[in-house]
Amino acid sequence: MTSELNGAAAKMPTIAAAGCEEILRVQDLKVHFPLTKGIIIQRQVGTVQAVDGVSFALQRGDTLGLVGESGCGKSTTGLAILRMLDPTAGRIVFEGEDITDHDKERMRPIRRRMQMVYQDPYGSLNPRMKVRDIVGEPLEVHGEAHDPAAYRERVDRLIGLVGLLPDMAERYPHEFSGGQRQRIGIARALALEPSLIVCDEPVSALDVSIQAQVVNLFMELQERLGLTYIFIAHDLAVVRHISDRIAVMYLGRIVEIAHRDELYKRPLHPYTEALLAAIPVADPEVEARRPRAIVKGEVPSALKPPSGCRFHPRCPKAMDKCKTVDPVLTDLGAGRAVACHLHVVPA
Amino acid sequence: MASSLLQVRNLTTRFNSERGRVIAVDQVSFDIGPGETVAIVGESGSGKSVTALSIMRLIPTPPGRIETGEVIFEGRDLLKLEDAAIRAIRGNKIAMIFQEPMSSLNPALTVGMQVAEPINLHRGSPWGKAMELAKELLGRVRIPDAARRLASYPHQYSGGMRQRVMIAMALACQPRLIIADEPTTALDVTVQAQILDLLKELTRETGSSLLLITHDLGLVARYADRVAVMYGGRIVETAPARELYKNPRHPYTLGLMASVPRLDGEAGRPLVPIEGQPPDLAQLPPGCAFSPRCRSATDPCRVSRPPLVEVGERHLKACFNDIRA
Repeated sequence: MTSELNGAAAKMPTIAAAGCEEILRVQDLKVHFPLTKGIIIQRQVGTVQAVDGVSFALQRGDTLGLVGESGCGKSTTGLAILRMLDPTAGRIVFEGEDITDHDKERMRPIRRRMQMVYQDPYGSLNPRMKVRDIVGEPLEVHGEAHDPAAYRERVDRLIGLVGLLPDMAERYPHEFSGGQRQRIGIARALALEPSLIVCDEPVSALDVSIQAQVVNLFMELQERLGLTYIFIAHDLAVVRHISDRIAVMYLGRIVEIAHRDELYKRPLHPYTEALLAAIPVADPEVEARRPRAIVKGEVPSALKPPSGCRFHPRCPKAMDKCKTVDPVLTDLGAGRAVACHLHVVPA
Repeated sequence: MASSLLQVRNLTTRFNSERGRVIAVDQVSFDIGPGETVAIVGESGSGKSVTALSIMRLIPTPPGRIETGEVIFEGRDLLKLEDAAIRAIRGNKIAMIFQEPMSSLNPALTVGMQVAEPINLHRGSPWGKAMELAKELLGRVRIPDAARRLASYPHQYSGGMRQRVMIAMALACQPRLIIADEPTTALDVTVQAQILDLLKELTRETGSSLLLITHDLGLVARYADRVAVMYGGRIVETAPARELYKNPRHPYTLGLMASVPRLDGEAGRPLVPIEGQPPDLAQLPPGCAFSPRCRSATDPCRVSRPPLVEVGERHLKACFNDIRA
């Protein structure tokens, strides 16, 4: 089964709009975690297939949304792309360079070009550092802080860029609200002028009225600085708002990838349909009219994913074939691909 | 209203914190009718959870204290009851479902014992009989293989299944009112829909009322008959759900609706955020709590506090200005 998947991924065409520059290509990415038993003599008793064959390409200046429920591998995918986790298999090509096997030293210059914004604005900032030092730390680490005046000016500019006031630079993280802390995290991510930012649930911990401020900031910065985003979240409404294309993940796989409006208007994969139907719209009249395709059960363990299509035990449209044959993510043209037997014409 | 199941009148709950006195719930009044689903919607610190806990008399004292108000349930003021009397109501006539099912369940007891406990306690059913009923309840909340699952412990259940157990426990004594405080916030969206649909269906069957506490305007739109919007410890607007969404009249309600991206909205268009931060309850402004963030605030808003006034049928708002969508 594995070799079959590898073959399919290698044949997979670029699922992206033509004519732009490709910044990132992920091919058949797998991240498996060994599960061990025993304290002194450890033996492997299983494998968690957190990410199991993920492929996509991303154009410069675009935003790709990664959505899915807990355990679908969206965050692991993000971490593996930044090489903060080692991929088990597959290829990651960033700005034309294959970085899959880069060691720490060779990753150093690459890290300047790809940064991360984290979910938890409380846990991701050092409480003992002033905002100025948090934002400037990447510059110091990468040896760009020799000229104190220039360094200072650069940090000030970053702080202004994310909408914080100049005097806030001398304060500590605990003096800020969640939304402001997330701005500090964004300023730090921008310090080295990266081209790609992986945003892992960057607004989920924020209050509803603050989320919009941060979402707008992400979009403004993208326009001003030509940034490329991978926006990871479970909230499909937020993801649809900010992304150009959306990849829906389920148990370590991409089950569908499409332009945001296509995905919303014509979801092809039954899981995408279920995910859309599960999210309520803030309008009672619209809600009363909406279809309510409720899927059964919960996401199974990534330790023992179901045979065939991983969604089949919960799928309202499952056929016999789905129990045994694993559907391959197939390009349907126009930047759209789906992994479902219902939508794949037999070869 | 005579037909109300629960009447909350001028409920005020205060906490003594190191930063001084904090009024977490300030003069809150609302009704819940029989069989009705009422939602309290608000952000963190709006006082929505403290309102729920105050109704159940579950405010830890000290540091908290219910200062004033009445909570009339079936003709009795819950705030004046003896401890034993309120315990006889909790989990019996009024049941509660919390956000985090894992911390609400006892990890050392089987699920069966925990579901059977309220039946044994409030109904006096012998354990054997209570266990029988517990099995039936697990079946009703669609836990497959209920007989065997009765003997399992909470850690052997998934998050969604634990919340089903919480619902089974809540339903055990056929309560008149279920208070659900962010019951699905910790769950995945597809499971959230399952759980809330189940809860709604079961309350419809039994005729129980539901008080749903949430921050999610979408859930309110899907499940609530009536809504109260809270901000800074106060109700700023309340109306039947359809009316509130069609004709919001408080600037905070309007602001919330404009700041949330909608699945069926136009993607990519800039959202209209509410500027500034949610209020610090220890330093509330003298007038309207929302005035520092409000685009339509005028001088009176900053000095005196607007009362809740009627602007339509069962539609009240606390704002001096005539705001419309």
